[in-house]
Amino acid sequence: MEGICHKRMVIASDLEAARQVENTILDEVERYGYSDASAFSIRLAIEEGLNNAIKHGNGYDPNKTVQVAFAVTPQQVVISITDEGPGFDPARVPDPTCDENLEKPCGRGIMLMRAYMDEIHYNPCGNQVRMVKKNS
Amino acid sequence: MSQPTPHLKVANDGQVTVVELTPKKILDEMSIMQIGQQLYALAAGSASPRMALDFTNVAHMSSSALGVLITLHKRVREKGGRMVLCNIQPAIYEIFAITRLNEIFSIQANRQEAILALQ
Repeated sequence: MEGICHKRMVIASDLEAARQVENTILDEVERYGYSDASAFSIRLAIEEGLNNAIKHGNGYDPNKTVQVAFAVTPQQVVISITDEGPGFDPARVPDPTCDENLEKPCGRGIMLMRAYMDEIHYNPCGNQVRMVKKNS
Repeated sequence: MSQPTPHLKVANDGQVTVVELTPKKILDEMSIMQIGQQLYALAAGSASPRMALDFTNVAHMSSSALGVLITLHKRVREKGGRMVLCNIQPAIYEIFAITRLNEIFSIQANRQEAILALQ
């Protein structure tokens, strides 16, 4: 369909492969003329989402893969990242901005994804995140 | 005398160690781990480290990089030292603000002010 880039990719639990996915999506985002601020947000969210999938979801297991589906239109970018891990309950992730968590070195990825994307949803199992960023 | 390392440019200004982060993107885990090891080694090599971290080049940063900065900050303080961040681009500063880490870290506008704050 003209005006829409829609792709599905399956990558190994490998951070270099994740980088290639990130660049592929960002190339499309650039091609559709998204602002620098939007591109910054999308890059950050993809990075956090793929890191979570590879590190926490698949535990760097080389036998497990990560599925990435994305659709870029002039209006919005939709990205879905699915790992083969057991999933988790995002509601149980501690708020990293609470005073008692401020100096903990981890636990900010999901918060940044929420802050920088317009929508972020997890499937009931918690092994798939779907993110939307509108072109503003 | 400037001393290059893969991800850092390190110089001394009096008692202050000025560390310029050279990558534009501090995103991938491997690089972040290497940057962390280099920064921790700098902190460990001083009795009471005074470190100015210059973010001039940094245009992208992930939550893992924030984790390294938090750990470094803790180690520096444990040795009675201090750490100041400077030259942070507005988009990167927003990450610090969203995560409230701007309340934890001392942040100065530029390198001169960072060095001054550490003297």
